[in-house]
Amino acid sequence: MSKELAIDRIRCDGRGMCAELLPELISLDDWGYPVIASGRVADQLSAQAERAVRSCPVLALTLRSVPVPEDR
Amino acid sequence: MSRLRLLSGPDLAAGSEALNAHVQRLGPLPAVGPGLFDSVERSGLTGRGGAAFPVARKWRAVSAAGGGGALIVNGAEGEPQSFKDRTLMSLRPHLVLDGALLAARAVRASSVVLYIGEEHRTAQVTMARAVAERPEHELRHGRVVLAPARYVAGESSAAVNLLNADIASPTTRPPSPHEGGGGRLPTLVQNVETLAQVALIARYGADWFRSAGRRGAAGTILMTVAGAVTSPGVVEVEAGISVREVLELAGGATQQVTAVLLGGYFGSWVDAASAWDLPLDASMLRERGLTLGCGVVGFLPVTSCGVCETARIMEYLASESSAQCGPCFFGLRALATTSGRIAQGIADPGDLARLERWSREVRGRGACHHPDGAAGLLQSALTAFAQEFLRHPAHLGSQVA
Repeated sequence: MSKELAIDRIRCDGRGMCAELLPELISLDDWGYPVIASGRVADQLSAQAERAVRSCPVLALTLRSVPVPEDR
Repeated sequence: MSRLRLLSGPDLAAGSEALNAHVQRLGPLPAVGPGLFDSVERSGLTGRGGAAFPVARKWRAVSAAGGGGALIVNGAEGEPQSFKDRTLMSLRPHLVLDGALLAARAVRASSVVLYIGEEHRTAQVTMARAVAERPEHELRHGRVVLAPARYVAGESSAAVNLLNADIASPTTRPPSPHEGGGGRLPTLVQNVETLAQVALIARYGADWFRSAGRRGAAGTILMTVAGAVTSPGVVEVEAGISVREVLELAGGATQQVTAVLLGGYFGSWVDAASAWDLPLDASMLRERGLTLGCGVVGFLPVTSCGVCETARIMEYLASESSAQCGPCFFGLRALATTSGRIAQGIADPGDLARLERWSREVRGRGACHHPDGAAGLLQSALTAFAQEFLRHPAHLGSQVA
């Protein structure tokens, strides 16, 4: 399984904790709302990503497992 | 070129077709069996609300999730330039109701809700009158819910949200309404034109449906022709006809046409020369990076200004944001203000670059597709009216609309 960041755009309030804790994958737009890199979260960023998820004051950020396509 | 199916029957000037005339002309409501799913699937029917999602696939998803939710008959028609849904409900309400019953029974919906625009009084009257004529218990126990006159009120999750929580604002996906989830039963939301097509497919079959259509497209579609044409309004055409052909159906242009807006306010501007031969079919346009949307095609005359029109549309779309998501609320406001400044001839240096950056950045960052539609419209304008954006004189307000 690999992990991807997902955000509930309605819950998100532009507080910016996620971008502070995971600048490798999350930046803020001109109004403070997150721009999130798509795709798999690299293993070495996994712990930081979990911290960012826990730190969101409105619980808008989640880390979800997505099945890895089988190698054929 | 004009191929009447939904709009065939008595003269359109005669108004709403009554139940006995409808049954006499088309026969009674067909029964629902596994054959109906197959017919709808083989017909290739896709939704006519703007997203062109395959109908059979949606029905199978609702059924697989257990059914039991409502069927929302979506006639909200929030797109201001679109008239096809109101027209269909006003003239052929029993086609819509037949389709609604067939869909509700196919997916085992628990109730039928007719979702009609709060300002669309004729459609409200004709649909209510038509329901009163019907014996079917789903309609006797069904109800009409009025959609607020907002652009996003017709979005499928907004319709569901209005029923559940009294506010016609879109909700986060996943899950989509037809998937259910989050304590909600799967809800089938289907456009009124889509349901009317189902009513005919159930009677005549998939092969019949596919016997109309040009250039490999299937079926007929309702379109609203707008702008500098002799006879603006709703036409029913074979899917796949060209932009040039639909212009002819609307009586030709009243002036020289410089650009065409394909697909309404979530669509794309295309310069006239590139537009004439485009096929009006959802999947064929999608292959070209364009959209049929809800079937509005608008013709911009040489006396109108693409920059001014675009700024006006952006202002409208910005004010129609449900204001639930920061990127949409702030991003569209910035796009509208900035394109308005360019239209007024008081652009700041860097405004064009900002428009390009913000429209790229806002995409995919709202809960619904409102910001994507608005950004897409602006990006198409920046291409179609590139020279005009660079050199816009200040004439906003003095143009003839």
